[in-house]
Amino acid sequence: MVQVSVTVDGQRRTDEVEPRLLLVHYLRERLGKVGTPVGCDTSNCGACTVHLDGKSVKSCSVLAVQADGSEITTIEGLADGEWHPMQTAFKECHALQCGYCTPGMIMAAVDLLNNNPDPSEDEIRAGLEGNLCRCTGYHNIVKAVQSAASQPASVGGVQ
Amino acid sequence: MTETVERPARENAVGQPLRRKEDARLVTGRTNWTDNIVLPGMLHMAVLRSPMAHARITRVDVSPALARPGVVAAYSGADLGDANGSIPCVWPVTDDIVMPPHRCLATDEVRYVGDAVAVVIAGNRYEAADALEAIEVDYEPLPPVLEMPAALQDDSPLVHSESGTNKCYTWEFAGGDYEAAKAKADRVFTRHYVNQRLIPMAMEPRAVVANPTGPGGEITLWSATQIPHVLRLLLALVTGIPENRIRVIAPDVGGGFGSKLQLYREEVLAVVIANRLGRPLKWTESRSENAQVTHHGRDQLQEIELAVTNEGKILGLRVDLTANMGAYLHIITPGVPILGAFMFNSIYKMEGYSFSCTGVFTNTTPTDAYRGAGRPEATFAIERIMDDLAAELGVDPIELRRRNWIKHEEFPYTTISGLEYDSGNYEAATERALELLGYDELRREQQERRDRNDPVQLGIGVSTFTEMCGLAPSRLLGSLKYVAGGWEHATVRVLATGAVEVVTGSTPHGQGHVTAWSQIAADALGVDVDAVQVIHGDTGTSPYGMDTYGSRSLVVGGMAVVAAAERVVEKAKLVAAHLLEADPGDLEYKDGAFSVKGSPGSSKTIQEVAFEAFTAHNLPDGVEPTLQANSTIDPATFSYPHGTHLCAIDIDTETGMAKIRKYVCVDDIGKVVNPMIVEGQIHGGLAQGIAQALYEEVVYDAEGNLVTGSLVDYLVPAAPDLPSFVTDRTETPSTTNPLGVKGVGEAGTIASTPAVVNAVVDALRPFGVDDIRMACTPERVWRAINDAKSRGGERVAEGTVAYGGATTDSTAGGAS
Amino acid sequence: MIPPSFEYVRPGSVEEAVSALASSGDDAKVMAGGQSLIPLLRLRLSYPEVVVDVGRIEALRGVRDEGDHLVIGAMTTHDEVLRDPLVRTHCGLIAEATETVADPAVRHRGTFGGALAHADPAGDLPAVALALDAGFVIEGPGGRRTVPASEFFLDYLQTVLGPDELLVEVRVPKLGAGWGYRYEKFHRVAQSWAIVGVAAVVQRSNGSIASARIGLTNMGATPLRASATEQALAGADLGSIGDAAGHAADGTSPASDLNGAADYRQHLARVLTGRAVTAAARA
Repeated sequence: MVQVSVTVDGQRRTDEVEPRLLLVHYLRERLGKVGTPVGCDTSNCGACTVHLDGKSVKSCSVLAVQADGSEITTIEGLADGEWHPMQTAFKECHALQCGYCTPGMIMAAVDLLNNNPDPSEDEIRAGLEGNLCRCTGYHNIVKAVQSAASQPASVGGVQ
Repeated sequence: MTETVERPARENAVGQPLRRKEDARLVTGRTNWTDNIVLPGMLHMAVLRSPMAHARITRVDVSPALARPGVVAAYSGADLGDANGSIPCVWPVTDDIVMPPHRCLATDEVRYVGDAVAVVIAGNRYEAADALEAIEVDYEPLPPVLEMPAALQDDSPLVHSESGTNKCYTWEFAGGDYEAAKAKADRVFTRHYVNQRLIPMAMEPRAVVANPTGPGGEITLWSATQIPHVLRLLLALVTGIPENRIRVIAPDVGGGFGSKLQLYREEVLAVVIANRLGRPLKWTESRSENAQVTHHGRDQLQEIELAVTNEGKILGLRVDLTANMGAYLHIITPGVPILGAFMFNSIYKMEGYSFSCTGVFTNTTPTDAYRGAGRPEATFAIERIMDDLAAELGVDPIELRRRNWIKHEEFPYTTISGLEYDSGNYEAATERALELLGYDELRREQQERRDRNDPVQLGIGVSTFTEMCGLAPSRLLGSLKYVAGGWEHATVRVLATGAVEVVTGSTPHGQGHVTAWSQIAADALGVDVDAVQVIHGDTGTSPYGMDTYGSRSLVVGGMAVVAAAERVVEKAKLVAAHLLEADPGDLEYKDGAFSVKGSPGSSKTIQEVAFEAFTAHNLPDGVEPTLQANSTIDPATFSYPHGTHLCAIDIDTETGMAKIRKYVCVDDIGKVVNPMIVEGQIHGGLAQGIAQALYEEVVYDAEGNLVTGSLVDYLVPAAPDLPSFVTDRTETPSTTNPLGVKGVGEAGTIASTPAVVNAVVDALRPFGVDDIRMACTPERVWRAINDAKSRGGERVAEGTVAYGGATTDSTAGGAS
Repeated sequence: MIPPSFEYVRPGSVEEAVSALASSGDDAKVMAGGQSLIPLLRLRLSYPEVVVDVGRIEALRGVRDEGDHLVIGAMTTHDEVLRDPLVRTHCGLIAEATETVADPAVRHRGTFGGALAHADPAGDLPAVALALDAGFVIEGPGGRRTVPASEFFLDYLQTVLGPDELLVEVRVPKLGAGWGYRYEKFHRVAQSWAIVGVAAVVQRSNGSIASARIGLTNMGATPLRASATEQALAGADLGSIGDAAGHAADGTSPASDLNGAADYRQHLARVLTGRAVTAAARA
């Protein structure tokens, strides 16, 4: 067992974990942060994307011990009282259907805008290349990111 | 933020692009996926799977696993004895169909890589995964058969030796007289296409939690399923547990696309073993397992023949399918190709039609419904051959379709396969699509590029599709030997406070039922959308239902909501008339209130009536307390959405890379409840249909190992791989339901695949190319251009099996 | 899926890492960002007894300028590399190729040195290192040694790194004025690995090509140089790029797999080399 201390969505935690414990299982099964789901074994799908020290990572491909001393933000901690504009944009633009990819997609999209506040459509698509969605065909996800980028405070309609 | 839907004042909710009620939880991570569920004392199950495609099991010893840390139990099939039930197939399409047993844990032979052999139950999923490696199994290898033509040879190894054959069934169907039509034809045009095997790949892998300690002594099963109601029935049949002691709950379900329209072994095993141990039990599928054992889709070899005049008038159609069942029959495995039988003739008029389909067992993952289920296969074949025929005749592919399609003024029209299409306007959808694409301009550009030998060639593909959706009239299902009906159930209640509950048997997994049903019920009752709560997906609270598949929810389940709401209003009218001391016939109901016609001063709102119905202090004689009504709707017919899809594609002839330049679709799905949701369904459908055309395919190696067993090798497109779509609608209302709606869940998938492949082939016709196997990979395209012997672009990587075993020779197309 | 159990060591220095490796022998696996290793563990394709996590060794992180070379610490993440001003200015090819590695989230964790030491022939960076004549600085119990890129890769997933050695940094000669570069990656979907990739650096002189170095991705068990093309390009004019690129696959014997048969890969190598050299020569 190894000790890890992390701050998850603003809360400090210290736990003893097996070295092999995946960060996503630590979040889901030790901390009850089930908002972050698991979609694959090979780090392709991105459903488990969280922010580790402010940057997007796939929490199924990080060991909990590697996150020791880090600050983690999950979809559950993204809203700070009010929804993050990206969450609003996803709803307004119908950028989700079943919603399974949505937490990861939103976390990846927030990271994308952190690095590039005014992306082109191609840059948005490239920036989300690590996140798979099986429902939307990405059309409305692109629109949601454009919408969030254009109006960071209040997000407009679909068209 | 609360879960609200903004309703524009004084307007019908139906037709509005209301934002979804579902989303507030989903965008904030407050979700209820099955894998999220944790119960006190819960154990975890892991499944040991066969590493061989075909072998005799000579020994299974689970005892070493029992010694591993945290292990509570381990079972082989023999250990489970009679509890090792057989997974049923509910669609025996012919009287002489071969239906071999399909045990939860294989006991005699394993028949595909991934076949379940034993299970371990441990305290957590890490311990269960470790202990799995300790189970000892001895296999005696048997020769696998992976390809359909080989499986049908007399000397083939048998997937099920006791059956004596790999042929599952041959199903035949005819409309009109094909031979007579053929005799009149100027020419007969035959093509061979392959509809490759696909993995549905819903983003949420499957998961189940079984809790044998239900409050009423029942066992509760949470499952990531599309069909909690059907699942309960089948679990009862397989396990012998009385149906009324099984409760099935589908919580948030992360996509299905047909793959969760199933009774799976793990569902039965979880119930049986949780009962045996008296403790809650969870199993969660890994993505690798999902690729290997969650059912696959498509996998047909298609021979299609048109008997035509020299002017391109279709006289007759013959279709001969070979359909891969995989190693076992699942819930509707044999019926999937049959669902397509009525759709090969599509929107075209003709005099004779002959159809036959042979189902074949192979040592591969079982197939079953995947988005569209039979109809994408049919649409692919007919729309591919229409483009090929147009090229053969030197006619524009749009013009060829015009010469053959049912004209707007000819509806209602009974097709050669006996279905009555109620409405349609192929002319209008096509005109609009041509305009949106800029068809004539792109044809000019295409010619210019051809003339200058541009290394990047342009292709334009056409698909004018229709489909039958809204599964299904129960009598028709009965005539096709399907063992259940196609009805749907709804209850509408107005509670004492005026709050409205809609209970539906249609269980959503991403489609937005909660929002759409709220819109329908709100209009039917004249109340706010916010006042409506939709209850679904739990046999404890919505006991009747046939669930969600086949684009049936709105056109069947939605109509049950409308009918139940209308019954509520009828009953409320009796109460209101009593309270207003008026004759019920003199009352009118508008915006949620009853008033006497001509004297609007006195009125009773539905909420007031509901309270009276609750207290029951002052009800008219013969009226029962409470304000609620049920409806179970059996659809009289299917609905027939249609549309025209056009794809313009750039082909880099040096590398073979195909990139969609513009995709236009104009769909006609009749009236629309929520245009935002409809557009989303179209987008997602397009993505899956395009993925079949360009990216996705299942490949096995020569031993039957799944080569495309992860998302590294099975190429689900990401955002950069797809274009933005140009979508529009024409609106020809269905005449067979009160809302005038048609289904939309599968339309995009059904229509898009042939549009894209037609575009690829269109770009390459100057090189003598007349077919490219799906997926149209760069390598296949390059080979088609550069290798005259491989003009179909066939390529099977050395040592692998694809195209269901179709060989280069037998798949070369051409006129006969 | 679930990784098997292993012991975990997180050394704070290169010396500690080397001694941890030396004491664990063949049963240890070095973990950098873990973006290749963790999926392998999850699929149970690897069962190390000890995982030595070198991802936190600060001395292995960052890019520094050493006159005619850049020195890139092995644990510098892909994301840090592609944003680094020194890399963008002096070794733009690395930035361009790194941008095609996996996806943004993986690039936040995956490291420059990890990708090179993993030596996947489908990886983008080995061919780039080859084209740039990079030097691999390796530390082991006996001290440091520097191995040229041309000698670093031995076979599929195999390098000259001994079980007790660590790749600590990579020395990359700066491309001076008159050099252009291009990485051409060919893959079917955004997420997939290169079927073939071509890394080209070209030195122009008076409108013609003075010299060129070309690295090939996924044309064999290791990254390769397209030597015949390089020779044909030396002193050639721009009009002869096509002919020279026709030799790009000479001597290669790439694998035939799901993503492409050998002859198709060789064809792609020729096409992509033509494109990469043309772009590099015009840059």
